[in-house]
This record gives sequence, structure tokens and C-alpha cells, in this order.
Amino acid sequence: MCLAIPGKIQSITYLYGGTVKMAKVSFGGIIREASLEMVPTAEVGDYVLVHVGVAISKVNEEEANKVFGYLKEAGELDELYDTTI
Amino acid sequence: MKYISEFRSPEIVNTLLGEIKKILKGSWNIMEVCGGQTHSLVKNGLLNMLPANIQMIHGPGCPVCVTPVSLIDKAVHLAMEHDVILCSFGDMIRVPGSGMSLLEAKSKGGDVRILYSPLEAVKIARENPGREVVFFAVGFETTAPANALSVVHAYREGVKNYSILTSHVLVPPAMEAIMSDEDCRVDAFLAAGHVCAIMGIGEYYPLVEKYKIPIVVTGFEPVDLLEGILMTVRQLEAGTYKLENQYTRVVETEGNKNAIAVVDQIFEITNREWRGIGNIPFSGYAVKSAYSDFDANKKFDINIAEAHEDTTCLAGDVMKGKIKPDQCPNFGKKCTPTRPLGAPMVSSEGACAAYYHFNLAGSVHQ
Ligand code: SF4
Repeated sequence: MCLAIPGKIQSITYLYGGTVKMAKVSFGGIIREASLEMVPTAEVGDYVLVHVGVAISKVNEEEANKVFGYLKEAGELDELYDTTI
Repeated sequence: MKYISEFRSPEIVNTLLGEIKKILKGSWNIMEVCGGQTHSLVKNGLLNMLPANIQMIHGPGCPVCVTPVSLIDKAVHLAMEHDVILCSFGDMIRVPGSGMSLLEAKSKGGDVRILYSPLEAVKIARENPGREVVFFAVGFETTAPANALSVVHAYREGVKNYSILTSHVLVPPAMEAIMSDEDCRVDAFLAAGHVCAIMGIGEYYPLVEKYKIPIVVTGFEPVDLLEGILMTVRQLEAGTYKLENQYTRVVETEGNKNAIAVVDQIFEITNREWRGIGNIPFSGYAVKSAYSDFDANKKFDINIAEAHEDTTCLAGDVMKGKIKPDQCPNFGKKCTPTRPLGAPMVSSEGACAAYYHFNLAGSVHQ
């Protein structure tokens, strides 16, 4: 139940008379609702980490790419770039 | 999909394993604190790929596993005797209480509902103004903002028939309890990335200093876990002890300020009983008195006898890293996921269930 998974924000709506910012988030095609109250700056297109219906963090793209950066330099990742899932 | 597939790539996994093997000289016990990490290590077969000199010890980081029996009994009591709509996460409802689980309560007519999010419970309360709705709010720091937020929503919307039964636990005090145990065999920790996404990493500096132990904040994908292990092994081999952050794409040093604010608004720190481990001082959250109208413990008069643990369940030893799950004599015999004796056999994040499932799959041999 501690699972938190990254998904991409598809659209944003407001609940409770505009006080609660909600998003439709796509997890590899499966769409679920999540509150954006903890990550108010998140916008459509951003990746957020969602846990039990609440987005708890924005995924930092630059940082996400770092680990691959250093491995790529080592020439290890050539095959990977042919596969887009 | 970006940010997921790359972190599961077999090529990168192999590169990282190669690195680990290259620098490894000693023999190390590394504890992953979080049950989500245990699950990922087991599911992805990583335990089997790691060199034998690295032993992963599976920590107490499964909130379902450490929720005391007495609290499950309380939840069952609320469902059966107080006619409440009792909501919780799926894992929680199968955990055996001293009498029955919530699942059994449901089959006996209790209104028990499995929800994905505590925010849904507030909606149910709005839609059922004539009934009391209780959310069984378990979890670590990761889940605390969502549970706190449900109270904030109910408070703001004037939903008076909603309350939470809390059993919130905190990770750093549990790590401290493990380290201060004389029999402790842990050489380094992988700290739980999602807990740190909320709370930041500052709480771990005192532990690093006091116990001179490397702590690496780590994510949950195979590449995260192996990179975290590589970072701890580098430190262990160099004889250093530092706090490092592997999970920088998600964890910021100071955590999530909005989440910390909502947690502070609703909760205060309290002593907490951990199933299988015992009382740990200042290791949990309770609802602040200003919000006691939303605290099921205060709202309902729950008078039930203190429950006894099944004494043959060795969950405490498993969670302290003293034995591996399959060294418990009940494992796979008297205790299976369909008939669990203890909580670690229930939740998919519990070490016993993880071992059971992966042994059945035949992919790993202990
Ligand atoms: S195998 Fe079952 S009885 Fe043994 S420690 Fe795990 S949950 Fe308890």
C-alpha cells in the first residue's frame, strides 16, 4: 500500500467550489484521479508521483535522466534507445 | 513510458550488478526499510542476482504488518457494533485480528469497504449523511498527507459524520530502534524514498552520525535499488558513512513543504505500539485535539479487551532482520497468504508474503 507510481497529468479540474485542484493522471494508459494540493505547481504534461489518490511529488526530468547519462557515456545503453514503450 | 521503462531495463540492471561485483570485497548486511522495496527486490528477482556477500535484510516498513492487533479488533468492533461504514486499504482488511479480520466482519454483515484513497471516504460520508464513516488510516509518512487531507476536506466541507482510526507510524524512530538492538546486524540502510519525498532527508543525519552507518535514500525500481546498493557498498568498502540521495528525481532535500504543513495541521507525534516489535517512543502520529471530532478513537466508545498476539508468529524477528521469512517454522505450512498467522504473510509488501509468492514462482532459491 506504500506504492506510489509516476503518471502523466492529462487534464486538471477543480472540486469543492474550486478549493481542491484535481488531475486526471495517466499511468501507462490507465487514468485515475489525484489531488494536486501537495504539488500546486504541477500542470498538464508534468509527471507526478501519486500515492493513494494524492500527488506527493513532481518527477524531476533532469534528475531522472542523470543516471542514464553516465551509463550512456559508458556506451551501455545503445539498444535501449531503439525501444520506445 | 518514460521514467518507468528505463528504470527497469535489464541492460542497466546488469551494468549496475557488474559495478557492485567489481568493487565488492567485504561481506555486508544491508537493510531496506520499506516493504515496497522488499516487494520490488523479490518480484524482480534481484535478491538472487546479488552476490552472496550482500545480504538484504527486510525491515519493518510495511504499515499493514506493524498495525497492532488491538487496533484491528477496534476496527472490527466499529464495523460490527457501531454500524459504521468502515473503509480501508485493500491489504488491511485481510489482516487477522484476535477474533476476526475485517474481511470476515464484512462476510458477517459489517459494512466494510475497500478504497483506493482516503479522499473517497469523505465523499462516501457526504453521500451518506445519516451514517458514520470511519477510515482506518494506517501508513508511514508517505500516507500521512493523504489521510490528513481527508480530515481537512471533511472539516472544510462541514462533513461531520467522518472520522479516522489512526495507526500512523514513522520510519526514523524504527530505524533507531533497530540500530540500538544489541543483536543488530545491519551495516547500512536503504532509506525509503517515498517517505523522504514527503519529509525530506534531514532526519537521517543524526542516525548516520550516532551509529556511524551509511544511509542511502533509494527509489523502488530495479535500477534505483541496485544504484542504492552500489552507493552503500561504495561507502562500506571505503569505510565512510554518509547520507546520500539516490532518488533525486523525486526526493528534494527539504521534502514537500505543502505535505508537511497539512500533516502538522492534523497530526502530532505520539508513542506507538508496533506489532511484532513493541512500543517505540515518539514513533507515530495521533490526531491533534483541535480535530478530535474527526478522531474515531475519541468519537466512539470502544471498550474491548486487550488482544494477544499469536505467539508462534515470529514476525518481530523477521522485521528486525534476525531471521529470514522462510526460517519461520510456520512459513508455508501453518501460515500461507490464504490463511495467514501474522500480518507479514498478508500484505504484498510483507516479507513473508513476498518470499512465499516468489518461492512458488520458483525463480529464487534461498
Ligand atoms: S511466516 Fe507467518 S507465522 Fe512466520 S513470521 Fe511470517 S507471518 Fe508470522
